[in-house]
Amino acid sequence: MNARAERAAQMATEFRRFVGFVVHELRPKGRMLTPFNVITASIIVVGAVLLAIRFTQGLGSITNLDQRFPWGLWIGFDVITGVAFAGGAYVLTFMVYILGQEKYRPIVRATVLNGFLAYVFYAGALLLDLGRPWKVINPILGNSFGVSSVLFLVAWHFLLYMTAEFVEFSPAVAEWLGWRRVRRALGGLTLGAVIFGITLSTLHQSGLGALYLMAQDKIHPLWYSEFIPFLFLVSSIFAGLSLVIFEGSITHRVFHDRVGARLGRSHDDILIGLARICAGTMFVYLFMELLVLAHGRHWPLLTTGWGLWYLLEVAGLVAVPAVLFLLAHRRRNVTLVRGAAAMTLVGILLNRLNVSVIAFKWYAPNHYVPSWEEVVVSLAVVSAELWVFRWVVNRMPVLATAEETERGRSAGRGLRLVA
Amino acid sequence: MDRRDLFKTACVAGASALVGRNLAAQGRERVGGGGEAMGVLVDTTLCLGCRACERACAEAKGLPLPEDEVDLFEERTTSPDRLTVVNAYQTERGRVTVKRQCMHCLQPACGAACLTAAMKKTPGGPVIWREDKCMGCRFCMISCPFDVPRFEYDSANPRIRKCDMCFERLQEGEEPACVASCPTGALKFGPRTELLDEAQQRVYSQPDRYVHHIYGEHEAGGTSFLYLAPVPFEQLGFPTHLDTTPYPTYTREFLYAVPVVLTVLPPFLLAVAKARRGEPADESGERWTE
Repeated sequence: MNARAERAAQMATEFRRFVGFVVHELRPKGRMLTPFNVITASIIVVGAVLLAIRFTQGLGSITNLDQRFPWGLWIGFDVITGVAFAGGAYVLTFMVYILGQEKYRPIVRATVLNGFLAYVFYAGALLLDLGRPWKVINPILGNSFGVSSVLFLVAWHFLLYMTAEFVEFSPAVAEWLGWRRVRRALGGLTLGAVIFGITLSTLHQSGLGALYLMAQDKIHPLWYSEFIPFLFLVSSIFAGLSLVIFEGSITHRVFHDRVGARLGRSHDDILIGLARICAGTMFVYLFMELLVLAHGRHWPLLTTGWGLWYLLEVAGLVAVPAVLFLLAHRRRNVTLVRGAAAMTLVGILLNRLNVSVIAFKWYAPNHYVPSWEEVVVSLAVVSAELWVFRWVVNRMPVLATAEETERGRSAGRGLRLVA
Repeated sequence: MDRRDLFKTACVAGASALVGRNLAAQGRERVGGGGEAMGVLVDTTLCLGCRACERACAEAKGLPLPEDEVDLFEERTTSPDRLTVVNAYQTERGRVTVKRQCMHCLQPACGAACLTAAMKKTPGGPVIWREDKCMGCRFCMISCPFDVPRFEYDSANPRIRKCDMCFERLQEGEEPACVASCPTGALKFGPRTELLDEAQQRVYSQPDRYVHHIYGEHEAGGTSFLYLAPVPFEQLGFPTHLDTTPYPTYTREFLYAVPVVLTVLPPFLLAVAKARRGEPADESGERWTE
């Protein structure tokens, strides 16, 4: 009897300590009034107001969408581009867990976290665009399976992949909470989640391209081909890795006191390694683009205005950065790697927007241009994601190992940063 | 292979089998149901442009009545509260008036696009939209080769709007409202196969009156609405570049690749991870925490 009461009391203390810890961690750390905070907070507030209008007055109240252009910036940028940028997670987990390239292990957690949040926020932005979001459970619960729809596949994969990525990241959460036994159990799930996640990514990265297969007469021939799914899949590899390079370079500056010794030592080496992989996949992609162009006999289109726009995207923002990546790798120049990554990101942004928005109904007079409200809401989604990312990085062992974080915490190092 | 691997493999195989079965069932789906799939024959040479069909449609669907006086030559499109319109075109053979609405494809792109099966080709012919299922993603609008579905952008509870061939009237054995209202017989309702015979007969017996083309016989794999015209259809605002392939075919190959990838890739990845060294690196997390 006594022993049981004692255990109950112990558990109660443990529980109180846990709640106290979480409450403590929920509080912002560091200065609140930084330029970044002020700007992003105002964007989020304005975005929230706009969304309130949108959900009471209809999509037409704040967007420039119409009967001819049912999908705009929220799909083209948030979902289609955002998911391509989140491709780094499946590529890196493949390299580390499947191929065993231990060199890249220190950046896996940050990448998986970034990928997870990207799916939550950018795939989540799909909800903002749905006319009847309260029906979103229909294809999940099974009372309405539209199994012949590519979007059905994409929706399911978004959901499953978010789960897989959360499982992949969950050891960091357990370490943060100090749950050692849970941590060990979760670690055992990692490989399964990784394999499942890679498979899902292969299918929905290409699936996003397959969404446009039935819109073939509406997309400019330079951007439409039956190989869109392949092109989307291959480009998601270097899009994702370029974002890893770009994001890594920023987080290392912003969160420098959260960076562990191991990652700090090897970061440049990692970036230079990634540069080579980017270059390789980009040449594969360029070769495929060339095949598609030749196969469709679209050479004459290259001299039109749309052709120049296409060349800017494919030659200017894929071929050029591919060469730059290669040079950067050979000369071990990290600055050049970053520059090439930035160019690549712009190129992917252009590509996804071209397929989904710009070259969609290219023939239409008064083509869709996003309203400022659509832009602000998109920025608000990005801002909200950055806030959550920062909150997690500042608390959980993401950029350092659990041990390094623990040592830093007891030495009073770290956590000096913004909220 | 230890128990954990067996479990993982079983999970993956189970999931793939599930997806695979769904897909196979979908692939065999035949639209039209074989027998009495109904359709409408629109003979533009008989159309006067009186717009009785527009009014009948608005009345049957409880929509605002169309304005009395319009310039038919100023092309109008359908809208969320105007499911059919009549436009006039100045052609090489004079004024031709054409009624437009949903074509009710035999294998509709909107139906293949819809992830909740809200858009559905019924065996009787109509392509209908079901309010309780639709989540408003507008993928049907992206996919439709005729740009037919309309979305209520000004509503907080928006619907997709389009002609449903008066599905409810058909259930009660009536004709679509537009057909019933047509004073000249320009619209004719009946089984599509019979309408096709009728259309061919009209074209063959009066080759001077019609162009040798029944629009909708093959376009996008065939539609339940069929059109006859005195001039080539591009002069009447119809999309004439459409393939004869049914639109769902364009995504079918991709969807068939899904169960293959789901079954083949995971065991392959597992094999690579295992072959690399005896045990995967992070099974227990020891390596990461070092």
